[in-house]
Amino acid sequence: MSAKATRAGRSTGGERTITLEISRFRPEQDSEPVFETFDVPLRDDWAVLDGLNHVKDQLDGTLSFRWSCRMGVCGSCGMTVNGKPRLTCGTFLTEFGAGPVRIEPLKGFPVIRDLVVEIDDFLAKLSHVKPWLIREGEELPLTTEYAQTPEQLEAYKQYSMCINCMLCYSACPVYVLNPDFLGPAAIALAQRYNLDSRDQGDRLDLLNTDEGVWGCTFVGECTSACPKHVDPAEAIQRYKVTAAMRSVLPWARR
Amino acid sequence: MRRTLEPYLWLLFSGGGVVAALLLPVLVLLFGVLMPLGLVDWPTQAELAALLDPLLVRLALLVVVVLCLFHAAHRIRFTSEEILGVARFDLAVAVLCYGAAVAGGVVAALLLF
Amino acid sequence: MSETTRTYRPRRDRVWFLRSRAYTIFVIRELTSVFVAWTIAYLLLLVAAALDGALPAFSAFAAQPWVIALNLVALAATAFHSVTFLNLAPKATVVRLDGWRVPAFMIQGGNHTAWLLVSAVLFWVVTR
Repeated sequence: MSAKATRAGRSTGGERTITLEISRFRPEQDSEPVFETFDVPLRDDWAVLDGLNHVKDQLDGTLSFRWSCRMGVCGSCGMTVNGKPRLTCGTFLTEFGAGPVRIEPLKGFPVIRDLVVEIDDFLAKLSHVKPWLIREGEELPLTTEYAQTPEQLEAYKQYSMCINCMLCYSACPVYVLNPDFLGPAAIALAQRYNLDSRDQGDRLDLLNTDEGVWGCTFVGECTSACPKHVDPAEAIQRYKVTAAMRSVLPWARR
Repeated sequence: MRRTLEPYLWLLFSGGGVVAALLLPVLVLLFGVLMPLGLVDWPTQAELAALLDPLLVRLALLVVVVLCLFHAAHRIRFTSEEILGVARFDLAVAVLCYGAAVAGGVVAALLLF
Repeated sequence: MSETTRTYRPRRDRVWFLRSRAYTIFVIRELTSVFVAWTIAYLLLLVAAALDGALPAFSAFAAQPWVIALNLVALAATAFHSVTFLNLAPKATVVRLDGWRVPAFMIQGGNHTAWLLVSAVLFWVVTR
């Protein structure tokens, strides 16, 4: 990997700067990613995403990356920052001292361009677990209201906080080594519906598979990476117990 | 529905993990470190034989051995596949690992009964 | 779509487990199982010696420096297994008492207390 000469912006008068080492992949010219370095202003209130936007606005308009809300709810701006999967909107440049900050696309996904990865596989996995309320004998669309107690809400609420940012997949060595693994977010999402008192579906056939919960070896890094404290590792271990109990005791409840 | 053995293997792994966690450190400490170093006296032949005499003790020991071996087999299977990148040979690795655990269990059973 | 645009897929990282401390600790945690297997083998040798009347030969074998060194590593590994395994248990078991979820540290505390008690009882039974 070669690094091009640093391209600095117009001097803004002795302002502190920090170096970003950004992974570039332009399929029309690069056979594999190369790093380019850019100096961007280092401001206390600037996140890595602000640095990237500075590069795109001022230094190189061809830099490609995804972002939207800038407040940690849309889940678009996940990237590998100094080797760790992070939301770039919530990761501040000051965290890295004098720098440099190395920014790469999320590990474990095919790279389309620069920092943009292909998410088709992830989206297919999300819909694979039937992430909706399944009701027996009710016509669609569901119109009946089902009130829940605070306890019934609490049972699944944590798992409903997922923003589909894919940091957990990128942090999971099982998924990175074997993309067939259903993965943390999809299983946590399945649990979000399994534990919902209104749901009458059964996702055992989807989860009780070698590529489902049994692919997980409990590294636990999905939970460390999650910016929303969903705790996918816990969701998976809990379903392992459920699936094991139902395998041994056929009459066990779901 | 596709049948999978994994839930049963996982239960054996988990049970073995608990048993190993509760029993093994103190046993290694006693028989592997303190006694060989002479800090604790070895029990006599008769004392050990008496300890192993009750049928219940032997049965419990056999269960401990089998569970711990399955625990080890399960982890060694997955870890070797993850470190060495041989997940595509999972069936062979699994047969080797669990096969060794079963063989160890048979040896223990022959020894104890 | 993905057929017309060429995507880049990195090759398998052979040393992925050295890329972060958490991955390395995970692999060490899993490899404690090798020493669990060794400990069982060692204890079976002891049982065989005890039942065959060959205890002196076994204690001579056990007193060799390399066996003691191996067992010291096995002690560290099995203790590490105990700490990690008992700490992770509350992830799989959600205990609810009248709707109140028992916090993880209490389950962990109970597990470690049980470990200590079992160890003390075994120590007493063997050395009394």
